[in-house]
Amino acid sequence: MANQTLPTNAWPADAAPYDLISPSRKRFGWALMAAATLGLLAVIALEILYKTEADTVGFETWRPVVYAYVLWGVAIGIGQVLTRGEDGQRALFLLPALLFTIAMVIFPTLFGFYIALTDWNLSSFSGRKFNGLANFWQMLSDPYYRNALFNMVLYVLAVLVEYVIAFGLALLLNSQIRARKFFRVVFLMPLMLSPVAVSWMVGKSLMEYRFGPASTLARYLGWENPAFFSDPIIARISIMVLDAWTFIPFMMIMLLAGLQAMSREILEAARVDGANAWQTFWQVTFPLMLPVSVTAVILRIIFKLKLADIIITVTSGGPGGATDSVSSFIYREYRDRSNVGYGTMLAMVYLIIIVVFVTWLLKFASRFVRNVN
Amino acid sequence: MSVQTTEYVASEIRSPASFFASRVFIYGALVFWAFICLFPIYWTITTSFKTAVDVTQGHLIPFVDFQPDWKGWRSLGLSPDSIFQTSTVREEFLKRFMNSVITSVGASSLAIVIGSLAAYGLTRYRYHFAWFKNEDISFFFLSQLILPPVVLALPFLVLYREVGLLDTRVGLILLYTLMVLPIVIWIMRDQFNSIPVELEEAALVDGLSIWGAFFRIVMPIALPGMVAAFILAMVLCWNEYFFAALLTSTDAKTIPVMVASQTGSQGINWWSMAALATAAIAPLAVIGIALERYLIMGMTAGAVK
Repeated sequence: MANQTLPTNAWPADAAPYDLISPSRKRFGWALMAAATLGLLAVIALEILYKTEADTVGFETWRPVVYAYVLWGVAIGIGQVLTRGEDGQRALFLLPALLFTIAMVIFPTLFGFYIALTDWNLSSFSGRKFNGLANFWQMLSDPYYRNALFNMVLYVLAVLVEYVIAFGLALLLNSQIRARKFFRVVFLMPLMLSPVAVSWMVGKSLMEYRFGPASTLARYLGWENPAFFSDPIIARISIMVLDAWTFIPFMMIMLLAGLQAMSREILEAARVDGANAWQTFWQVTFPLMLPVSVTAVILRIIFKLKLADIIITVTSGGPGGATDSVSSFIYREYRDRSNVGYGTMLAMVYLIIIVVFVTWLLKFASRFVRNVN
Repeated sequence: MSVQTTEYVASEIRSPASFFASRVFIYGALVFWAFICLFPIYWTITTSFKTAVDVTQGHLIPFVDFQPDWKGWRSLGLSPDSIFQTSTVREEFLKRFMNSVITSVGASSLAIVIGSLAAYGLTRYRYHFAWFKNEDISFFFLSQLILPPVVLALPFLVLYREVGLLDTRVGLILLYTLMVLPIVIWIMRDQFNSIPVELEEAALVDGLSIWGAFFRIVMPIALPGMVAAFILAMVLCWNEYFFAALLTSTDAKTIPVMVASQTGSQGINWWSMAALATAAIAPLAVIGIALERYLIMGMTAGAVK
């Protein structure tokens, strides 16, 4: 462990080792780290033995292991400073976040891959059984999961529409207007508000079939049967609109920052060359904004891939699973059917899909931006 | 320069009529979008003052269409006439509210502390962690952003039950910290990169230790960035629903979970729903108006070079 974080002295260049570490201090540091590691392993071993009923001494829950891990982290931190002096102090900046993230991500994800290979229903008494890839084969023939994946494609494509609207709003806010700050605060508002609370009020009451103002307006505009959530396609669009309402400000703010960072001289030069507003936008503004645009769209897609709470609160996936995102589908798989093993398999497959997709997206985007510029 | 500017403005205004038309279009679009942003909020707030009849008839304007009534707020125990009486609903609401406050402030604070330290280390020093270098470690942190909550939710459900953290605020705080940590590191890296290294070099020459230089010199300069990251993290944690819905049941339930679980046996009580929704969005609406500058700073960190 100790040799794993080894800051080279890139900065500041310490030509002479100005804090000399005595051998005894070094030995003490090593001893401390070794003792802490042994202690952590001992607690884990004890707990495993107790849980498998190999011995009778142990703790009711695994919580002492958590405490042991925290103490181990502290001991490693102290040990780093003791054995490596200033280098150790530098490592100390990174260690807390690193140990925290590893404990919170790596272990649960690995554990998740194991759960995915089991038949485990919390509501049945038989407990957890290893069943290999059975969940995976079940997934392949699950039309609802396929539908949820297809919906994610649609939901991600909706980002492009959101992007166009956000760009338009950013241009509006960037033009010569009065009360710019007022409009900026107002436009930012939807992002701040709890999607659950808002989608409740909007999805279930504002868009309510009988009395909701949105339905009244739709009737007035000539739509005879304004049911926003009973036709599969219209329901999907309604979900997209609700989600867009929340997240358009996010892209808008990034694009606005990009517009404001653009130098006026270039725009003026275009104007002097006789370009009209339309040409200026497509030939100058848009290409210059491309890097910011790509960042905004990719971040937005990443957030979109997590879409769940609006669907859970407004439609619970209905009608007939038509609006389900992958996350909301798995949520119900657990909540309604307590099917932990199968749900985890779906989640892990989704994780692999989006890791591949986002990696491809980043590659594609970087090449795309480079080619244009 | 000033001459050029006036020329530019003069060429902009081709004719009074087209100038006027473009003004009308711009302000029309602005007002239209402001309406779209504000109407749902307006609807939520006014509905909390409606009676059943006013809701089902779709009345919109208070005092004109309908007489405001404290019904919704009374059902929460927060109306003027019920605020001094004991109310189990109010107690429950306040408990959920405090849960939300504690988890979001706790998680944001923890994320700011460990995230800032990591971001500082990553911008200033070179690390080798086995075969991982700085770029890899940064990528490791930022890549957590794409991890969907649903992947972690079920393993955490099982693990938390084993560890005894299910339905506790500490459990939620740990998860929320994990959720906002990449964003905090992203913002703070941008912040620290904008602070010249010479400042710390001078501090080190003056005899401060590495950590002394960080706390006494760098921290005060980076404080606005920290505030921005903190507020953005607060917003995300306050609005989080997925983990809270899965991992809490009675003790640690947060406001969004309470809002989502308000379907009674006799259909939905719109007025109390609306009052609850208003109470859930009010704190962030206030933060949004008061601290908008920091929010924008946080969101645009690293976007524009």
